[in-house]
This record gives sequence, structure tokens and C-alpha cells, in this order.
Amino acid sequence: MSFKGVLPGDSSCPGCLLPVALNLVVSSIGKKVVSVVPASCTSVIQGYYPKTAFDFPTINVPFASAAPVAAGVSYALEIRGIKDVVVFAWAGDGGTADIGMAALSGAAERNDNILYIMYDNEAYMNTGIQRSGATPYKAWTTTTPVIGKREAKKDVAKIMIAHGAKYVATASVGFHQDFIAKIRKASSISGFRFIQLHLPCPVGWRFDSEKTVEVAKLAVETGAWILYEYQDGKLRLTGPSAQLIEESRRKPLEEYLLLQGRFSHLTKEDIEQIKKLIKEQWEWIKKMI
Amino acid sequence: MRREALTGNQAVAMAVMYSDVKFVAAYPITPQTSIVEKISYFVEKGLMKAKFVNVESEHSALAMTYGAALGGVRSFTATSSHGLLYMHEWVHWASRSRVPLVMAVVTRTIGPPWNIWPDHSDYMDQRDAGWIMLFAMDAQEAFDMTVQAFRISEDERVFLPVMVGLEGFIVGGTTMSVALPDEESVKEWVGERRQPFVFDGSANITLGNLASPEDTYILHRNIHEDLLRSIEVIKEIEKDYSETFGLPYIGPVETVGEKESSYAVISMGAWSGDLAEAIKQLGRNDVSLYRIRVYRPFPCKELRQALSRKNGIVVFDRSISFGSFGPLYMDVKACLDSEYTNVVNVIGGLGGVDHSLGEYVSVLRKILGEMDREEKLEKQIWMEVSR
Amino acid sequence: MSTSESRFPVSRPALGAGGATGAWRTKKPIINISLCVYCGLCDVYCPTSSITVLTRERKIEVNYDYCKGCGLCASVCPRKAITMVEE
Repeated sequence: MSFKGVLPGDSSCPGCLLPVALNLVVSSIGKKVVSVVPASCTSVIQGYYPKTAFDFPTINVPFASAAPVAAGVSYALEIRGIKDVVVFAWAGDGGTADIGMAALSGAAERNDNILYIMYDNEAYMNTGIQRSGATPYKAWTTTTPVIGKREAKKDVAKIMIAHGAKYVATASVGFHQDFIAKIRKASSISGFRFIQLHLPCPVGWRFDSEKTVEVAKLAVETGAWILYEYQDGKLRLTGPSAQLIEESRRKPLEEYLLLQGRFSHLTKEDIEQIKKLIKEQWEWIKKMI
Repeated sequence: MRREALTGNQAVAMAVMYSDVKFVAAYPITPQTSIVEKISYFVEKGLMKAKFVNVESEHSALAMTYGAALGGVRSFTATSSHGLLYMHEWVHWASRSRVPLVMAVVTRTIGPPWNIWPDHSDYMDQRDAGWIMLFAMDAQEAFDMTVQAFRISEDERVFLPVMVGLEGFIVGGTTMSVALPDEESVKEWVGERRQPFVFDGSANITLGNLASPEDTYILHRNIHEDLLRSIEVIKEIEKDYSETFGLPYIGPVETVGEKESSYAVISMGAWSGDLAEAIKQLGRNDVSLYRIRVYRPFPCKELRQALSRKNGIVVFDRSISFGSFGPLYMDVKACLDSEYTNVVNVIGGLGGVDHSLGEYVSVLRKILGEMDREEKLEKQIWMEVSR
Repeated sequence: MSTSESRFPVSRPALGAGGATGAWRTKKPIINISLCVYCGLCDVYCPTSSITVLTRERKIEVNYDYCKGCGLCASVCPRKAITMVEE
């Protein structure tokens, strides 16, 4: 394995693939990097001052600021004529879909020259598993503790497509080659680029720490999480998702849901409703390709 | 040195251009707007070689200014009132990161009710954030202080952001004659961009990750101590500026009147001009005005020297810490030795109320008379307002 | 002016910045070398960068100082060459 950006001894939870995903990002960009991290799990896993587990330039910032700070650094480098650095924002779903949305929208609208990666663990995990806009329908969280989330997952990638972003992709930590290819492609383009990375959380989704890759893969293989990239007005399915347009080729959704304690309370009707939401997502994909 | 007729806001914009600022991100808000309009005009006309970004909020304005400053270029933003309050989180993040940058605050009342007139409530709301805070009283000072702000902020003994305050409309929007040094010599005087660390891919450093309570304590205490020491840097830089450009040196506290007077009136901002005139009209020569030009660090030593052996002190505040006193009064009181009991706080000008000269004369006459007669003083007096 | 180290909230890369995370472990991965094909998947997916696989040199090494014992290496191994055993 090539350069590991996150040094041994970070304080992420056992089984969390966040350091792996970051390693893939910094080793695949192929240039120097500056990363910008808003309040999120990533803020607290770097270790204690004056040490850091992150062996790449990292700016920690408060919520709702990842996109503008990254853009500010990027403008400074442009002014200084520095061209061999990719500035990327690394933000959670709360910092992106909820509190950071206006700032993200501004950066996308201005086509600020940044790579924005939303690592989507589908709730506020750092504060202890509270519901976010990106929490999926019916998922248990500590602020949807009995009934589960009543609303569908907010689709940030779709919102970014609506902004006319240069490059938009979804990815999964379970399919690292697909993720690497997308990081590389996004790094070769200038302007505003957005990748939404599905990143299962063993603690928050209630599964054992050794199952993170399995859960991530099942999300894709059951069609619950769809891998695609969008560029120049065209959407293209990638990785295993390219073979899953026909529903019959997908694994049964229950295999994904039943591995996770956050879905253990689901009724048959709930599962039917989740299937309906996934079907709608695939219908949108079919229209786009 | 040539003279131009400029508003305070135009003077700030000129100072930003003259100081070789390379990056500006801002969001428009009354009464700051003409600063960002002017700068965007300078940039689009090619008069100023810089990047100007129209951001979607003040929170992002300071965030992006900070990002550009970390990326290694001289950066500036400006705001007012609710915009400043919206970016308040970032006001703290910028100073606690020790990142040199400059922001102009064109002061305006906080609502509700909606009110665009100036008081000091927005500026004073930032006083605990660890910024160097200057306050101008006219367009000339707005220009001079903004230029000096970049040198102060980027001085290695300081490395903190600097805020330049000026009142909306009465300074920001009023045209005055400003002595302008030559642009190239200002650029040369401000010099190359200096900063403690840079994020351009050259060093694998992390800014702002977790720290223990003890390390945080030491980092924050050092902000305080560097800020206290910065008063000497501020004086040194103002002296150098005035010598270089042939302008008078004023210092952190301006004295108007006799140094050895019995009574002191303390104020900050443009209404100090009204107060100086009111003191003249009182017809007594034992009262002097002390105008605060540097609010943070608070010029305690300078004030204690100026106020020694005064029989009474009247502090005018244009904002109120609701439920307590005006912030300027609290700072003055905290600096004085315990024998100073004759210190009165006058609150006025909130919501942009423009008190008449007669009203200032009358409130001063009342307080000074009570002090003369050694009567028991009310600690806090509000200026009267007729609707 | 105070010393530079205590003025700026800036950190430098170091091993164990978040502590000796090996102490968190309740199970440890044991590699059966006879089954390993040095594909490197455990290396990619180890969140603590505690497994180093050199495919060409046919070498695999585990550093237990920071391994949190999550078991991901064992679960991604296509040859089932890694077993998690109680500490």
C-alpha cells in the first residue's frame, strides 16, 4: 500500500473506515493537498495538540465553513501561482446536508476550485448518533429513538447536480477501486467537484466492528446506495451499480437492513416503504442515463 | 501628500487597495456596503490586483478571508451589525487561530427593531474575542488605521487579527478631506505579507485539533499576554507611520484640552467631536476629553497616567451591557485605582440617537456641578431623548 | 512574546497522537502465513495502518502497538488467513 495519510494511533472508533477513506483520498489525489475539516468525527480523531495523526496539511474549522475556508485557501494558492496542490473539504453529512448547506451551495454556484468530499455516515455520529438530514427513512437515532426517522434521506449529490457542478459522484468505502478512480478523476479537473462517500458507522448503525466493509458493500449490492458519476451533463453508473439496473440482479434489501441494529424495529410496511424510496431513486437514475 | 474628499468607507477601501491586499471576500450590509462596492470596482477596473469574492453570508465572508490568509495572502473583509453577529463564531476562530487579517466594522445598531443608524453595540459585542480593536473618528483615521492594521496584524510579536471600527453614516458615509500618501510608498511601508504558518502544501501541519484543557489554557493565556504587549507595537507602528508620511502621532488615547485638568470626559468614536465642543461651551478650563482610539488591548497604562489626580471622570458609552454598565465605563473602572470613586457612566446615542450639543452641555454641567459640590453621584445616567 | 510552541494551535504529525490505541484491543489478529497470498486487502482496509503487506517481497507484518482489534482485516481476507483471538 502507498502513502498512508493517517498515522497509527488516531483515535477513531474500532472498525471505523474513516482513516482508510482519508488514506485513499490523500494517496490517490496524486498532488500535494490541503484539507479542511469542519466539526465532525474527523475533528476529534486526529489526536492531541501538539501532535496530530494526520500526516498532511489540515485546517480544522467550525461547522458551516468547510467550503468557504477551502475556497479561500484555493484562491490564495491561485493568487500565488501554486498549481500542484488540491484543496479538499472533508465534511460529514451534518456539516454538509444540514448546517453547511448554504455555504456549500455558495461554493458550488461560484464554481470555487475545491474538491468537496461529504463522508456520509447518515447521522451526527460525533455528538452521539443524532438524526441528520442525510439519515435514511426509519433509521433509529438517539433523537428518533422510538419511531425512527419519519422523512426520507436528503439527497445532496442530486442538489449538487442541480447546481451544475463540474463533477458529482457517489462512492462507497466498500468499493475502494471505484472510489480511487473518482478521486483521481475529480483531482484532474478544476472548479467545484463533489463526492458523496457512503461510510457505514459501526457504533451508530449498530453492527459489529468487523462488518463495516460488508455493510458498505451490501448497501451497494442491494441497490440501497447507488454508485454513479455525473460530468458534462451525463450520468454514468459505476462499479457494481452498473450491473444493477434490473432489480432482479440486486441482493435482497433485507440482507443489508437486518445486519444493522438501527433498522431492527422495522415492520413489513416500513421495509416496503424503504423499497419504494429506493425504486424511486433508481427511476431517477434511469431518466438521467 | 495630496488631499481627496472621501467618505470613511471610501477611505477604508482606498487603504485596502494601498496596502496591497490580495484577497477580499464580503457580503453587503448597510452601512458597510459602499466599502465592498468600491473594492469590487477597484478590482474589476484593474486598479487593484486582487481577487474579490461575493460570498453567500458573513459567516462565509470571514471563513473565506481566513482561508485565503492561511493560504498565504494579505486578506480583508468588512461588515456591520447583524452581519458581524452572524460571523461572531468566526471572529473567535480567527483570533484563536492567530491568523493575521483585517476587518472593518462600520458600526450599526442591533435589532429588533430594525435600525440602520450607528451605535457601538455590534462592535462592543466582539470585545472578548482576542482581536486588536481600533476605532476611528473620521475618514482620515479610517484610512490611517486600516493601513496600520495590516502592519500590526502581521507583526511577529502580535500575529492576531485587527478590527477597525468606524460609525456608519456619520463617519462611513460622510465626505471629509483626507490626506493620502502615495500608493506605492504605502505598499512599501506595509511590506511583504508575514504570517506564522502557511497552508500551501509545503508543511504537513494541522491547525486546531484537540488540545488538553491545560494546553488550551496556555494557548489562550498567550493570546491575552500578546494582546496586552501589543499596545507597544501599535504605538511603534503608528509612530513609524506618522514619521514616514508626515502626519501627527496621536497614540492609543487622544487628549483634547489641558493635561493637568481636574476633570476627565472619556469617549470613543465620532461623537467625541460633539463632546469636545460641548466642553468648550461649558466655559470652564478644568475639563479635558480623552478619546479611546485603541479599545483592545485596552490602554490601561496610558489612561492611568492621563487620569492621575483627576477629581472626577465621566465616561460616555454608546452601547450598554444590558443589566450592567457601558463597556467602556467598565474597562475604565477596572483600570483605575480604588481611590477613584467619582466615576460616572453616561449612556447615550443608542439606536443612532443624535443628541444635540445643548444636551451634552447640560448633562456635563449637571454631573460636573455635583462633583464640584462633592454631592453623592449617580453612577449611571442616561441621556434624555424626546420622541 | 511567548515561545512559538505555545502561541499557535498548530500540531505536527506523530505516531500515537491519539494515544497507545493498542490498549483498546480485546482481540488480536493472528496471520496464518501458509494461507496468505499477499493480496494486500487487509493493508488497505486496516483503519490503524497496522498491517503492512509487501506483495512483491511476499511479506506481511502486523504492528500491535496501535491495532485496535476491530477484526476488519480478518473479515476482508479472501483466504481466511487471519483469525481474531482473545488477548
